[in-house]
Amino acid sequence: MRKVMTGHKAVAEAMRQIEPDVVAVYPITPQSEIAEYYADYVHDGIVHTELVPVESEHSAMSACVGAAAAGARVMTATSSQGLALLVEVLYIAAGMRLPIVMALANRSLSAPINIHCDHSDAYLARDAGAFQVFCESAQEVYDYTLISQRIAEHDKVRLPGIVNLDGFALTHTSQVVEPLEDEAAKKFVGAFKPVHPLLDVGTPVTWGPFAMPDYYFELKRAQQAAMEEVPAVFLDVQKAYAQTSGRGYAGFVEKYRLDDADRALVVLGSTAGTAKVAVDALRAKGEKVGLLKVWLYRPFPYQAVALALERVKHVAVLDRAISFGAMGSLYSDVATSLLRSGARSALHNYIYGLGGRDITAEQLEEVLADLAEVRPDEVLRYIGLRE
Amino acid sequence: MAELKGWRDLPIGGVVPGGAAAALNKTGSWRAERPIWNEEKCIQCLQCWFHCPDTSIVIRDQKVTGVDYDHCKGCGVCAAICPKDAIDMVPEREGTCAK
Repeated sequence: MRKVMTGHKAVAEAMRQIEPDVVAVYPITPQSEIAEYYADYVHDGIVHTELVPVESEHSAMSACVGAAAAGARVMTATSSQGLALLVEVLYIAAGMRLPIVMALANRSLSAPINIHCDHSDAYLARDAGAFQVFCESAQEVYDYTLISQRIAEHDKVRLPGIVNLDGFALTHTSQVVEPLEDEAAKKFVGAFKPVHPLLDVGTPVTWGPFAMPDYYFELKRAQQAAMEEVPAVFLDVQKAYAQTSGRGYAGFVEKYRLDDADRALVVLGSTAGTAKVAVDALRAKGEKVGLLKVWLYRPFPYQAVALALERVKHVAVLDRAISFGAMGSLYSDVATSLLRSGARSALHNYIYGLGGRDITAEQLEEVLADLAEVRPDEVLRYIGLRE
Repeated sequence: MAELKGWRDLPIGGVVPGGAAAALNKTGSWRAERPIWNEEKCIQCLQCWFHCPDTSIVIRDQKVTGVDYDHCKGCGVCAAICPKDAIDMVPEREGTCAK
C-alpha cells in the first residue's frame, strides 16, 4: 500500500518490520526523529525491542556492540555530531564483525554549528569498516534499510552497514513510499543467526581480545576480505529484493541517460533527483548529457563506475563535503576507477551544498552545459558559492 | 610458541574460542611493584580476591593462599583494599616471593 512519509519515518517503518532485539539511541542535537518514532513503537507495544536510551552516541554504539556480541539483532540511527562521537566505536563494531545497521541522517559537522545537510559525517565514517549506501528518495531509504540488514547479516559479510539519507531533503520531506507488507518484509530479512553469542555460555569465547603486532595485521586483512564480499552479496540481495518488491534495483550504480552521453554528473544521495531534472532539460535541447548515481559508496564499485563512464568525455564529480587539503572523496574514488581502467575522460571536481546550501537543477544544468569548456586541472570548483 | 596462523585461518572478529584466554597470556613481567601477602596479618576477609582485576589472588578452600605472580600486574588494589594492611607493595627489584 502506498503511503506518504518522510525519510525518517521510512527508516522507522523498516525498523518496525525488522524488529531488532535491541535499539540503543541517544537523541543528540541535531535530533533524528527515527529514535522518536521507534520509541513510540516500543511504548505502544507494536515491537518487542529493548530500547536502550543511553547518555551519548558513543554509548549508543557501545551498547549496540555489547548487545550484538551477546547475540542480539541490533540497529541504531544517528546524524552529524552524533556520528562524530560514535565513530570510535563504529571501528570496533567493524573489527569485531558485528552486523549493526545504522541510518545516518547526513548533516554537516561543526564549526560553525549548522545542522543542515551535507556529507561530512558520512565521509568521516568512510574508513571505519562499515559498508555505506546512499539513497535518492524516501522509497530507496526504506528499501535499502531492509536490503542493508540482510547484507550486514550475511555469513560472508558480518559487518556494520550505514544507510545514508540526506538531512532535510530526505529526512524531513514527505514522499510517496510503498513499503512491503509486514510479513513479506520479515520474510525477506529472515531470522537472525548470531555468531559466537556471548549468551551461549555452553560454548564460551573471548570477544574483543588484544592483538599484538603478530596478529593485528592478519585480523585487519580478514576484515578487508569481508568487505570484499559485500559487492557480490549486495547484488544477490538486491535481486532477491527485486523479486519481493517488484522494484528493479540492479547494480552498484544507477545510470541515467548515460549510454550515449558525452558529459555526465556523478553524485551521491538526493541530489540525483535534482540532477535528473537538469539532465532531462538539456536532453530536451538535444545535448548528450547523463548522470551516474552511486548507491554503494563503501566498498566503492571501481569497476562499475569505470564501465559506466568509459565513453563519457567530460565528467563532473560532485562532492557534498570538503576533504580539506585534498580533492573530494567521491572524486578521488572516481579518478581511481578511471585510472585503473585506462579511460581518458576529463574529470572535474565540484564542491556543493555545504551546510544545507540549496542545489538547483539550473545550477547543475550550468555545470553540464559548460563542462566541455572547463580545463581539466586539479582545482576544486564550487557550485553556488559567493565570491 | 605455537605457529602463527595466516589471515584466512583466524576466527571471525578475532574471537578466541574457549574463552578464558587471558590465563594463557602471562603478564606478570609488566609489574613494577610486587604485592607481598603476609599470612599472619590476614583475616581471610577475601576483599583482595573480590577486587583483584586480574583474578591473581589465589584461593584454596575459600582461603587466600598467595598471589599468582604470572598474571599479577602489580596494580596495588589488593593492598589498598586490605583492612589489616596484610599486603605490602614492594618494588619489584627488591621483592621476594611469598612462600
